[in-house]
Amino acid sequence: MWNRRKDEEFALKPASAPPTSSALAKEGIPMSTLPGRTNEPHFDNPRGSAVLGKSVIVKGQIFSREDLTIDGEVEGTVELQEHRLTVGPNGKVIAGIKAREVVVLGTIHGNVETTDKIDIRKDAKLLGDIRTARVVIEDGAYFKGNIDIVRAEVAKPQPAPKPQPVASATAPAAGTHNIAAAAGGGDLKR
Amino acid sequence: MSILDLAGASQSTVSFVTNYGHRLYSDDFVHQLDACFSDGNFYDNQTNPRKVEQFLAGALTFEEGSFDGALVWDTLQFLSAPLLQIVVERLHRILRPGSCLLAFFHSEEKIDTIPTYSYRISDHRNIMLVERGRRRPAQFFNNRSLEKLFQEFQSVKFFLTRDHLREVIVRR
Repeated sequence: MWNRRKDEEFALKPASAPPTSSALAKEGIPMSTLPGRTNEPHFDNPRGSAVLGKSVIVKGQIFSREDLTIDGEVEGTVELQEHRLTVGPNGKVIAGIKAREVVVLGTIHGNVETTDKIDIRKDAKLLGDIRTARVVIEDGAYFKGNIDIVRAEVAKPQPAPKPQPVASATAPAAGTHNIAAAAGGGDLKR
Repeated sequence: MSILDLAGASQSTVSFVTNYGHRLYSDDFVHQLDACFSDGNFYDNQTNPRKVEQFLAGALTFEEGSFDGALVWDTLQFLSAPLLQIVVERLHRILRPGSCLLAFFHSEEKIDTIPTYSYRISDHRNIMLVERGRRRPAQFFNNRSLEKLFQEFQSVKFFLTRDHLREVIVRR
């Protein structure tokens, strides 16, 4: 009943098979002539982050509003307040760093301040003081400096607002009391 | 409190100290010694004024009274006498009065080389020792020589362990 052979052919065909260069040439799609980078050391480089390659040298200030990977050399300051900085295995950063999260696979000379986490991987080198909420140090990493763990402040339950003196006789005293009790009671349950 | 740890940074020690809310300064003192003196004869190099100056420029250069405690572990055994004296003077300077210093000294004098370790605090009862090879100590210490070494400090207490290790707690 069913044409089984065709089904098998369809199933065996890779869904995301890369188009061949000749096929692309026929369709007129521009192609890169750069050689493939299959031999490069691999490290996590999330899609969408900016990258400073290993032959890039920057002297000055870097402000970024997206995740950044540095695999080259940077001297100065690096600020990514709400984002992640990754210093790649070839990266050498001589700078004060402020970020949400820092992952070190290369070398950092400078103080590092994060709101979330610092991750010092094997063979990485960090010389400087760190101030962070969490730190992960792998065996084989070299660190020299001060570690200051800043605990995230737990929101304290708000005390129930003191009842305000009733300004006028028309103000609903019972309603005010209920709102205060609800707010206070809700916080206390948490 | 502010604690100085000379064993090199490890996750367990960092977690242990910082979970108490203390600040930790971490440095790998043996690594620093190797970086300055391992090119050639380790102990001969420690008498080379240029190399000693280079070492002291980066070692224990903190302000007076910076720390409330120091975990020196076994590092002092690998310093030749003149350099050891300078390092102990620096430790005395950077520790606050009343603070404590923990050091280990091997007591077995018959062996040529002693094992060196990376010391990691697992919990309040256990220390994990990760071996980093063996090396020849600069000298062996007995109770008398240790008392002399830490004579500027307030008190010195010794605990001899089963592993030929003399645990020393020195109060500044």
